[in-house]
Amino acid sequence: MNITIQAFGIAKDILSGSTTTLEVEEGSTVAEVKAILARQYPAFEKLASLRLAVNASYVSDDHRISTNDEIVLIPPVSGG
Amino acid sequence: MEEILITSQRLDSKACTEAVTFPGAGGIVVFVGTVRNETRGKAVLQLEFECYEKMAVKELKKIAAEATSRWNLLKMVIHHRTGRVPIGEEAVIIAAAAPHRKEAFQACEYAIDTLKQTVPIWKKEFFEDGEVWVSAHP
Repeated sequence: MNITIQAFGIAKDILSGSTTTLEVEEGSTVAEVKAILARQYPAFEKLASLRLAVNASYVSDDHRISTNDEIVLIPPVSGG
Repeated sequence: MEEILITSQRLDSKACTEAVTFPGAGGIVVFVGTVRNETRGKAVLQLEFECYEKMAVKELKKIAAEATSRWNLLKMVIHHRTGRVPIGEEAVIIAAAAPHRKEAFQACEYAIDTLKQTVPIWKKEFFEDGEVWVSAHP
């Protein structure tokens, strides 16, 4: 299945854009998606942390992604 | 009770204070986080905040609701600025009202500490010789 991932902050710089589309296996987990991203963009591994938000909530690494999910890369936050 | 605002307009600490002023509020604490002119001895020219707004609002509501229930607040208000913010202007304002001061102080501290860990907002510092996303690298 194809998934679209949105990016903010430094993740946007790493992707050179605010979205990217990945081809992943049906029922892939967050951990698997992150591993694919790290292979394609090694700069992600240098970050202090990288989380994925699915449908505007933090999810754990074993969470399974669906095609219509809103998926957003969350590099280390620094508000305030 | 809570009030959350994310805006590219200048924040207003007076409005935040008024929003948490009640007859029963014996203690009102207002935290104002402003843009400092240096970081680790290096001059900062300005900041830029980027925000995943839908989720940031949700996370800020969660913080305000948790603080309200844990410290029995009358109300908490959190306003956060986005976009480019010049030196000295407000980046964030948190106002907490409680019957007594101790709860209001603790709630404010909890809110800013948690905001910095969980809310999807990203700060970029601009220097003379470049720009850096804050906290991105270990």
